[in-house]
Amino acid sequence: MQRYSGFALARHALSHHENWQRQWRNPTPKAAYDVIIVGGGGHGLATAYYLAKEFGVRNVAVIEKGWLGGGNTARNTTIVRSNYLWDEAAALYEHSMKLWEGLSRDLNYNVMFSQRGVLNLGHTLQDMRDIQRRVNANRLNGIDGEVLNARGVQEIVPILDCSKNARYPVMGASWQPRAGVARHDAVAWGYARGADALGVDILQQTEVTGFKIRDGRILGVHTNRGDIEARTVGCVTAGNSGVMASLAGLRLPLESHPLQALVSEPLKPVLDTVVMSNHVHGYISQSDKGDLVIGAGIDGYNGYGQRGSYATVEHTLQAIVEMFPIFSRVRMNRQWGGIVDTCPDACPILSKTRIEGLYFNCGWGTGGFKATPGSGHVFAASLAKGEMHPLAAPFSIDRFHSGALIDEHGAAGVAH
Amino acid sequence: MFHIHCPYCDEWREEEEFHPRGQAHIARPEDPAGCSDEQWGDYLFFRDNPRGIHHELWVHAVGCRKFFNVTRHTQSYEILETYRIGERPRFTRDNPDGVVASAPESLDDSDIATAAQEVRA
Ligand SMILES: [Zn+2]
Repeated sequence: MQRYSGFALARHALSHHENWQRQWRNPTPKAAYDVIIVGGGGHGLATAYYLAKEFGVRNVAVIEKGWLGGGNTARNTTIVRSNYLWDEAAALYEHSMKLWEGLSRDLNYNVMFSQRGVLNLGHTLQDMRDIQRRVNANRLNGIDGEVLNARGVQEIVPILDCSKNARYPVMGASWQPRAGVARHDAVAWGYARGADALGVDILQQTEVTGFKIRDGRILGVHTNRGDIEARTVGCVTAGNSGVMASLAGLRLPLESHPLQALVSEPLKPVLDTVVMSNHVHGYISQSDKGDLVIGAGIDGYNGYGQRGSYATVEHTLQAIVEMFPIFSRVRMNRQWGGIVDTCPDACPILSKTRIEGLYFNCGWGTGGFKATPGSGHVFAASLAKGEMHPLAAPFSIDRFHSGALIDEHGAAGVAH
Repeated sequence: MFHIHCPYCDEWREEEEFHPRGQAHIARPEDPAGCSDEQWGDYLFFRDNPRGIHHELWVHAVGCRKFFNVTRHTQSYEILETYRIGERPRFTRDNPDGVVASAPESLDDSDIATAAQEVRA
């Protein structure tokens, strides 16, 4: 693998940047692999990367029906935080946060991780009580967090309307300084390049059409480019997981919904942190390009259409203008949707299934991007050892029968 | 934006008047206390999540406030039909063109109707 550095940049300038090596190969599928990962989004690629790098499993294929990171990895609002309420969730997201902090160096790829802090606003007394409880829980778990009053919020975001005149006045916020944003495409590309360099075959435009199962054991997958064998298959297909499960004769506690986001025309720097509000239902940050990146709620109905409804855009922009009257005349540039697989307890599923050797990593719902490195790491450990990693174990699909749910709705709500 | 026909009001109204309430035709177990954890968990949490024809429960929230069923395609989003609680869908995964073979018969949806009444109350 050609390493990236300032020196390489200068050297390639001499040849007008025309001779850079391709970031990954486009191999022909082999007949068999040790492990097949279905789904070439961030989580799948991270799984493959850590399998090869940390766990010595290099005979791995990532099978993607479209192109790399063309699904939710490229459609989210890039927010990274770990201020979750419950111990199990906090441990998993904080594991991810720690990997984020060294990720660009680890991958030799600039994922533009920017720890600009995240504010979760409180607009009611109950919001503030929940915020205090969550921040206290975070600190007990070793996760940074502070409770701010309205004045503290105003100091961080001068353009936020913290006056008493607001329809839902800001009473305070939780503040996680280590949280922030990252460049979503770069995360997929960085993991793909790193995995490819370690020998992982990334098979794009290859669709899994079925699973080869005999006597309750997985033996491989059927694809539009022929059958491929593997005795370990990890399915990391986000919004399409319900469809994949049905191909294996399984049912999941998931419903797939459209979640949308939008960006404005580029502006000069005006917002240098991330502001989220459950109560008025919107979240916003400003990208390095200058556009405002705005997130919305999910559409309430099931859908695979990768577009969102107009009413949701309208509600979201009402919330943004309510918080930031200064943005009332900003024009929006683009709007899109991704398909999120939501779980009843708003926590993911990292689990074995009743088919031996077939694993699922799904159900990340509206908040998967922030978990990309941690999810990939613990899932890779589980696939390599055949035993769920201790951080992944509480997220077994069995919890929907045992009742040991990890109910993160209170802590996370809409705002992921 | 959907334009939805409420089978009770018998009017086409905008999506904003309605709320989706998840998969339709989920029967509450007759004897909850007699269920295994497996059966009860399946009833509470496990859902069909098809890429295609799906039967859903919707409520006309700011209209008549009645629950009804919608058959909708989850990829094209086309609404194929709306029908009252207790009625059977014409369009199904096995019959996507809605070919009518015989007279529609009543489906036992009393539990959904009861749930709807409870929410209304
Ligand atoms: Zn009505």
